[in-house]
Parts: sequence; C-alpha cells; structure tokens
Amino acid sequence: MTINVRIPTQLRSLCNGEPEVTVAANSVGEALVALNGVNSGFSDRLYDETGNLRRFVNIFVGEEDIRFLDGLNTELRDGQTVSIIPAVAGG
Amino acid sequence: MAHVQTLVCRECGHQYPIAPIYTCEFCFGPLGVAYDTEAQRATVSRESIAAGPPSIWRYRDLLPVDPPGDASARVGYTPLVRADRLASELGLGEVWVKDDTRNPTNSFKDRVVAVALAKALEFGIKTLACASTGNLANAVAAAAARAGLTSYVFIPADLEFAKIATTAIYGANVVAVDGNYDDVNRLCAEIAAEQSWGFANINLRPFYAEGSKTLAYETAEQLGWETPDHVVVPVASGSLLTKIRAGFDDLFSVGLLNEKPGVRISGAQAQGCSPVATAFADNAQVINPVKPATIAKSLAIGNPADGYHALDAVRETRGGIAAVTDDEIVEGIRLLARTEGIFGETAAGVTVASLKRLAEEGVVRPDERVVLYVTGHGLKTLDAVAGPGSGPTAVIAPTRQAFADAFPETQPGR
Repeated sequence: MTINVRIPTQLRSLCNGEPEVTVAANSVGEALVALNGVNSGFSDRLYDETGNLRRFVNIFVGEEDIRFLDGLNTELRDGQTVSIIPAVAGG
Repeated sequence: MAHVQTLVCRECGHQYPIAPIYTCEFCFGPLGVAYDTEAQRATVSRESIAAGPPSIWRYRDLLPVDPPGDASARVGYTPLVRADRLASELGLGEVWVKDDTRNPTNSFKDRVVAVALAKALEFGIKTLACASTGNLANAVAAAAARAGLTSYVFIPADLEFAKIATTAIYGANVVAVDGNYDDVNRLCAEIAAEQSWGFANINLRPFYAEGSKTLAYETAEQLGWETPDHVVVPVASGSLLTKIRAGFDDLFSVGLLNEKPGVRISGAQAQGCSPVATAFADNAQVINPVKPATIAKSLAIGNPADGYHALDAVRETRGGIAAVTDDEIVEGIRLLARTEGIFGETAAGVTVASLKRLAEEGVVRPDERVVLYVTGHGLKTLDAVAGPGSGPTAVIAPTRQAFADAFPETQPGR
C-alpha cells in the first residue's frame, strides 16, 4: 500500500523540510518504521527507550486518533494518510 | 525585566531560547518556562506585590513577560470568599471559593490570555488565535479587540450559543469546526505550523500556562501568605491544576512563603469526559483518550495535553479526582448559587459536585482548609440550568390576595 505520512514541523529536518512523505506499508506501525528508510533518525524521535511510542506523540489515520482504532496495528488502505501530531496543545 | 531565562522540555530537559514554540523538537514533550530564581528572590517581596496593581500584574516578577503598555483591563485579583454555608451543607469546616467569574470576560481564561497577549506583542505577532471550548474564545477575542489585533478563534460547532455570541461580539473571526474539541485542537496545531500567528494555547502555550499560576499566588496572598490544605480544581487539559500546584511551590522557591507548601491537589471532571479521573481510579500509567459527552463543554477535552502532569500532581499530593454526572453538575451549580450567591458555569458545577463527592469519600476532610476554584460564570451556560427551578416560583394576578394565596407563609397570623 502507498501511504502518505504527514510530518510535523518538529521532524521535517529529517526529510528535507517536506511536510509529507510517501512510504509503503500495510499498518500504522509499518508506516512509522518505513520512515527510517527516509532517515534513520525517525525512530529515535517517535519511540522511547522501551520501544513504546513517546507519550506526547499522537498518530492519526485520516481524522481518527489510532488509540480509537487498533493502535499501531491499525490496517491501512492504499492512499490513506497517516499524520504525526504533537500532543501538547490546547486547554 | 521579566526574570525568564529559557524554555525547557518538561520530559527530557532540552533547552530552547525564548520563542513562540511549545514542543520539544527531540521528544515532543511540552516546553515550560525556566526563571532566574535568584533574581526573583532578590526582587520580589510581599511588600512589592502589595504595592502593585489589583490585577495579575502585581506578580510581574513571577511572570514570563513584562506587563503590556495597556494593562487597564483588570485581569485577576478576584475575590477569595469564605463559604461557610456551602461548607456546612457538605459537612466540611473551612471552605473558600476563589471567584474567578469576576474577570473581564467572566472566566479564568483572561489570566492566561493576558500573559499570552503580552508575550505575543513582545514577539511582534499581529494575529491572536486559539482552539477553545468557549471561555478561551471569549478571552482571546476581547483581548485582541482591545489590543487592536486580528483574531481567529476555533471552536467546536456544537458550543453553547452564549459562548459563540460572546466571542463574535468582539469582532473575532469565529471558526466553528464540525467536530469535537480534540478535532479543533488537532486542526489548530496544523494551522499554527503554517501561520505566523500567536495561538494562545499552542505556540504561546508555555507562557500562557504560566498565567494560571496567579490563581495560586492570589490564594496564598489573600489567605495572609498561607496556603490552603487542599484545593479542588476542574480538569480539562490538566494545565490549570498542574500550574496551581506549581504556583504554590514557586512562592516558596522565591521566598514568599515561610514553609514549604503541602497543598493537597484534587481534580474535578465530568463523568462524560473523565480520562484523567479514570486513569487515577484505575491506578493506570497511561491515559486513554475519550470522546466527550457531557453538558460541561468547557471541560470537554477527551485527549488532555497535561493529563499526565495533572495525574502526577494529584498522586504526589495524595489528592483525589472525582467524575460526576450531568445531574450532579446541575445540582452543584444550584448548590453554590443557593448557599454562596455565586453563579458558576457547568465547570463550576463539576467542581462543586466533585468537592461534595470527595468530602463524602473522606478524601477532603473537615479539618482541612479547602479552596474551591470557580473558573467561569453561569450566564455562559444558562441552558444547563433551564427546566425545573429556573422559572418563577409562582405566576399570580396583580392583586394582594393572589400574592397571599400563593405565599401563605408571608401572611400575619400564620
């Protein structure tokens, strides 16, 4: 599947400033791992030492937070967009 | 000069220069403001504060920005009132209400916006914006109007009419988003990255959030430079609760309190949106987001940005977090109004009802000096108290007899 991943400004230095990166993946977890093909620095920024997604990173498929879906196992369809959004905003 | 030094990531400690940024580039953690505490200690005193204006700017040495040229809108320094009748109804001893309905746009959000706006002006920002559940929308729209800035205010489309009208009136661009607050927030985080605007609660958030500390500063000053034993604070994003706790600690750090404060911090959420209360009750390390369904729309944040910090504050101080039903919320609004003459919005209903619950559970004790934070005015959420008890007690003909018939207890000889 071809997946568009929207990159937040904080991470764009890892992908030449591009706001969006295209990867091949069948699930959200695969899409995030595939980002390492663009730049091996992505995993360090998205995951903590224990291998969990950092707690202030939110991931969306389309308009939905993956915590309301199947988390990193959420399956993707061709052409879907995965967005990485900093959690700390609002209130 | 404000004694602010840098921005520091509250997760990993990375430091950044003072700028309109809000997340750590490395770990996405929230940035907080670091002060020169020694300089603060040398400058601030109880006397210097007492000599200041009756507004948040009396604590200027403790804030991350100097007061703006025009600080004439009297933000903060709201009454702390003793609430003996409420205490008595709840079986408690000493209860105080911090009445923050009495701000320029009738909620505590005027505090945080005053700080955000001052910082925005310092940064040369021309457009003020926010993602809001209503109260912040009011505060941003009014403050921007007074400062002559353009404003864009993003709200969930289902917000109470009163909160929309009281935002639009100031000439703000009101963007009603077809979604809940968390959808609005996410959209705004993306727009903030593309515009050179000052989003009060996004890229100005580290400064904005500091404004909430003034609620702790005022509470201590108004109690004669003592701290309460226990405070009850409404929780939406969790920022207010976190900052009230930090505010009490800061007072000690800069030498304004004689003893290290041991304030117990309790939180208040609506059952229809209680991600932090749920994590607390389950003793969980992870806060799971929820889809809000409650009349307390000002607290309807299903994905609370400062949830983890709020949870830590409550756990570390041995407080509690209640989650109350919509019926309890309405009863809480009525109880506060009936006993103390203070009409709070639904968030106040949540807070009062939570205090009641926590008192019944023995978490808040009768031997404690308790402060309850009432953060917004009831006229903003009038719909919540429509129905029984909101109309006239009786409708009568314009005759003395009709009055006597309707209210026999008022007649002599009875």
